[in-house]
Amino acid sequence: MLNGVIVIVAIGCAAQAIRSPRLLNSAIWLATASALTAMLIYLLGAPQLAVIELSVGAGLVTVLFVLAISISGEEAFSAPTLVPKPLAFGVVFIAAALLAWSILPLPPISIFSASSLTNVFWHERGLDVLAQIVLIFAGVLGVLNLVVDEHVEQTEAISGLDEAHLPIVQTEIETETAETQEAVHA
Amino acid sequence: MNVSALDFVLILVAGFLAVGLYGLLVVRNLIKLVIALQILVKATVVALVAGGLASHTLELATSIAVTVIVVDTVVAVLALAFAIQVRQKIGTLDVRALGTLKG
Repeated sequence: MLNGVIVIVAIGCAAQAIRSPRLLNSAIWLATASALTAMLIYLLGAPQLAVIELSVGAGLVTVLFVLAISISGEEAFSAPTLVPKPLAFGVVFIAAALLAWSILPLPPISIFSASSLTNVFWHERGLDVLAQIVLIFAGVLGVLNLVVDEHVEQTEAISGLDEAHLPIVQTEIETETAETQEAVHA
Repeated sequence: MNVSALDFVLILVAGFLAVGLYGLLVVRNLIKLVIALQILVKATVVALVAGGLASHTLELATSIAVTVIVVDTVVAVLALAFAIQVRQKIGTLDVRALGTLKG
């Protein structure tokens, strides 16, 4: 019963995330859908995955979306959608029908698990963890490449310094230093 | 009708897949497109958990699902960074504006 309520409300939140005209509201609806998904995963018996889904999906990704929306701003589109909505509904319905036809009816399945996540995660799938680390660093480098170039150009434009002025500034500093030392000795 | 826990999970997977696919077809805003992708990947993660439960290998499924979440987060970060750059360079988040291919 609880699982059913969570599923229905989560699907409703995901639908609202797409339907909502404002981006900030869509981000909040997505965070709610993520939290409900994490709750369902916890009830199914994978608490570690539920914690990761809650912290990353409902926390980190939501913060990223809010940051991106605050930088880029809200924008309203008045023109019609690329694909007509009835056609989109039809495509989705056909895809869902094909999926249901391919997997239903489900055979009776007993649900239980017995093993150690630590052993599987760090030993059997250790290469996956290494790939995740490499991917995270690649993502950081990619974002830095996208963002930092503009920041460097803006800094140079604001300071307006070039190599011709640097020796003059250096000479002035040396002159001031020599005058200070003479004053001290006097 | 007796509905088991696995049936509820598969209903969620189908629902998220349908909503995500509809979003990819209809949405024009780049940031909302990333939201639709996030919904699709959530369906994948839940489907992995369902598969792990049904095949009695929940720990392996959890490990793979963690990998999927990490990859999805990196993709979302890069996609949002691209969206911000598009907004600053072109002035709009409309996906139709990206089709001009100005050199």
